[in-house]
Amino acid sequence: MKRTAIVYFLAILVCGCVITSCSPADGTNSNNVVSKDDVQVTIKNKGSDTIVNLAQAWAEKYTGISSTTSVEVSGGGSGTGVAALINGTVDIANCSRQIKPKELEQATQNTGKVPHEFIVGYDALAVYVHPDTPIDKITIPQLAEIYGEDGTITQWSHLGIKNSACPSDRIIRISRQSNSGTYFYFREALLGENRDFRIGSLDLHGSKDVVEVIGRTPCAIGYSGMGYATSHVKMLAIATDENALYYAPTLENVLTKSYPIARPLYMYSLGEPTGEIKVYLDWILSAEGQKIVQKLGFVPVESK
Amino acid sequence: MNILRKKSKANLPFSETVIELFIRLCGISSIIFVFGIFFFVFREGAGFLFNGLNLTEFLTSVEWQPTSLNNKRYGAFALIVGTFSVTTLAMCIAVPFGLGAAIFVSEFCSPKLRETFKIVIELLAAIPSVVWGFIGLTLMNQLIIQVFNAPIGLTMLNGGIMLALMSVPIIVSIAEDALKAVPDSYREAAEALGATRWQVIYRVLLPAAKNGLLAAVLLGAARSIGETMAVLMATGHSVNIPSGPLSWIRTLTATIAAELGEVARGGEHYQVLFIIGILLFTITFVVNLIADLVIKGIRQE
Repeated sequence: MKRTAIVYFLAILVCGCVITSCSPADGTNSNNVVSKDDVQVTIKNKGSDTIVNLAQAWAEKYTGISSTTSVEVSGGGSGTGVAALINGTVDIANCSRQIKPKELEQATQNTGKVPHEFIVGYDALAVYVHPDTPIDKITIPQLAEIYGEDGTITQWSHLGIKNSACPSDRIIRISRQSNSGTYFYFREALLGENRDFRIGSLDLHGSKDVVEVIGRTPCAIGYSGMGYATSHVKMLAIATDENALYYAPTLENVLTKSYPIARPLYMYSLGEPTGEIKVYLDWILSAEGQKIVQKLGFVPVESK
Repeated sequence: MNILRKKSKANLPFSETVIELFIRLCGISSIIFVFGIFFFVFREGAGFLFNGLNLTEFLTSVEWQPTSLNNKRYGAFALIVGTFSVTTLAMCIAVPFGLGAAIFVSEFCSPKLRETFKIVIELLAAIPSVVWGFIGLTLMNQLIIQVFNAPIGLTMLNGGIMLALMSVPIIVSIAEDALKAVPDSYREAAEALGATRWQVIYRVLLPAAKNGLLAAVLLGAARSIGETMAVLMATGHSVNIPSGPLSWIRTLTATIAAELGEVARGGEHYQVLFIIGILLFTITFVVNLIADLVIKGIRQE
C-alpha cells in the first residue's frame, strides 16, 4: 500500500517538474516574439457607443494589416470620448455628434492642440415597409404620431391610404430593443427628448431582423440602418414636415445632408494627426476601411 | 465487522483519500453555486429593490420605459402576464402530448420500439433553444400567417408551440418513469378483474402515478418559464397585454436577455433587470419546490 502511495507521489513530482520546465520555455518563446516588435505602437480610441462596433471592426482588421500598430477601442458614449480627448488620454475620440465649441476650446487650452475633425461614415436610418403597402413617402411628424406616446396614427387609413394587403388596417410598429443606439437616435430624431415611444411595438434584436420581419409583414412599418435594405422591403422618402421636400434614403441625399434621419460619424484627433495615427486614419478613409463601414450597415464617405 | 471497517479506513491509500475529497467537493460545490448565484443576483438588485423602486408600480403597471430620458418607468406587469400566458399555452399543448406519449411508451410499445422512441425523445431535448427560436422566427412565423391569416406570425401561439416542443421531452421522460414505478401487480389485478386496457390506464395507472405525473408537468412548466432565447425570437418581444393566442408578448427572461447587454453597469435599469432575475428565481424556485414535495409524496406512499 505504502509503496503505491510513494509511486503516486513520485508521479506527481515528475509531472510537476515537466510542467514547470515547460513553462519557462514557453515564456522565452513569447518573449522573443514581443522583442521583435519592440517598437509596438498602441493607438487609444474611445467614445460613441454607436461607433464602437465599427471602431472595433476597423481595429481588428488593422491589426492584421499593420504589425507594428495595435488599436485599443472602448465605448462609453460620445461625451466620454470627448472628455478623454480634453484630458489628453486618448489619441482618437469617436463621436456621433459634432464636438461643441466649448469642448473644442477646453481641449485646445488643456492640451495645446486643436482637435482635428474627420467624418468617417454616416449613420442613416431608413423607414421600411412591405412592398405591397401603397405608400412611398412620409413626414417626420407622421412618424412621431405613429411611434410616439399618445400618438394619433394607429391605422393605415389615418395616413389616408388604403392598405389592401393588410386587412386589419392596424399599423404594426417594428422597433428595436430599448437600449440600442438605433433606438435612441430614431427616438431623438422623431420625438426629441421629452417624448417616449409608445409601448406595444415589436422590439426586435437586430437591424437585420427588422428588415426580415417587415419583408414578411404587409401591416408593418419599421426603421433600420440604410445598409440593411433588401429586395423584400421598400424604403420611404422622408420630409421634415408636409410642406418640405421628400428625400429618398440614397447615398447622395445623405452626403448632401438633405435626408433628415442621418448623421455623420466623427473621429477627432488631437491636432493634425501624425505618424501611426495619421496612417490609421488614412486607412479608415481609404476604400478598404470604408468597405467595413458599408459592411456594418453605415453609409461610407463619398462612396460611388 | 466494525473493526475490519476501521482498519481498512486507516489503511486507505493516499490516492483514495484524494479522490474521496474531490468527490465530496463536487457534491458540496453545487450547493455553493446555487446559493452563490442567488446571492449575486440579489446583491446586484437589492440596492434599488429596497431603496427607490416603486414595487406596486413594478408589479401592476404595464409602462416599461427603462430608457426614457425624462420619465423612466419600470412596470413589469405586462412581462409577468407574458411569461405566465405563454407558459400556460405551452402547457395546454405539451401536457396532453407529453402524457399521451408517456402512456404510449410505457404501456403500448413493444420493447424494441420503446428504445427507439426514447432515443428520439432525448434527441428532441438536445436541440438548442436558439434553434427552436430560429424555427419560430422563420418557419412557424410563415405557417401561422398562412393558417390563421394573422398579420404577423411572431405571436404568443408561436412561442407557446416552441416551448411546448421543448418541454415535451422532460414531461415524457419523467411521466414514463412514474408510470413504470407503478407495480405490475396493479395491472395484473385490474386485468384479472376484467378491466379493458383503457380502463386499466384510466382507473388504475393514472391515479396510482398521479404525483409523478404532476411533478412531470411542473418540471416541464419550470423549463418553459425559464426559457429565454426561443421566446425572445418567436413571441414578437412586445410589451403588450395579450388578448388572445395571436397577440404578441414579451417575457421576463427575454427582457433580461435583450437589455442587459447594453445597459450601464450598476445603474437603475441594470438593477431592475436583476430584480426581474430575483422574481424569476422565486417563481422557478416555488415551482421546483412544489414538484419536489409532490415527488416526495410518492415515495412516502
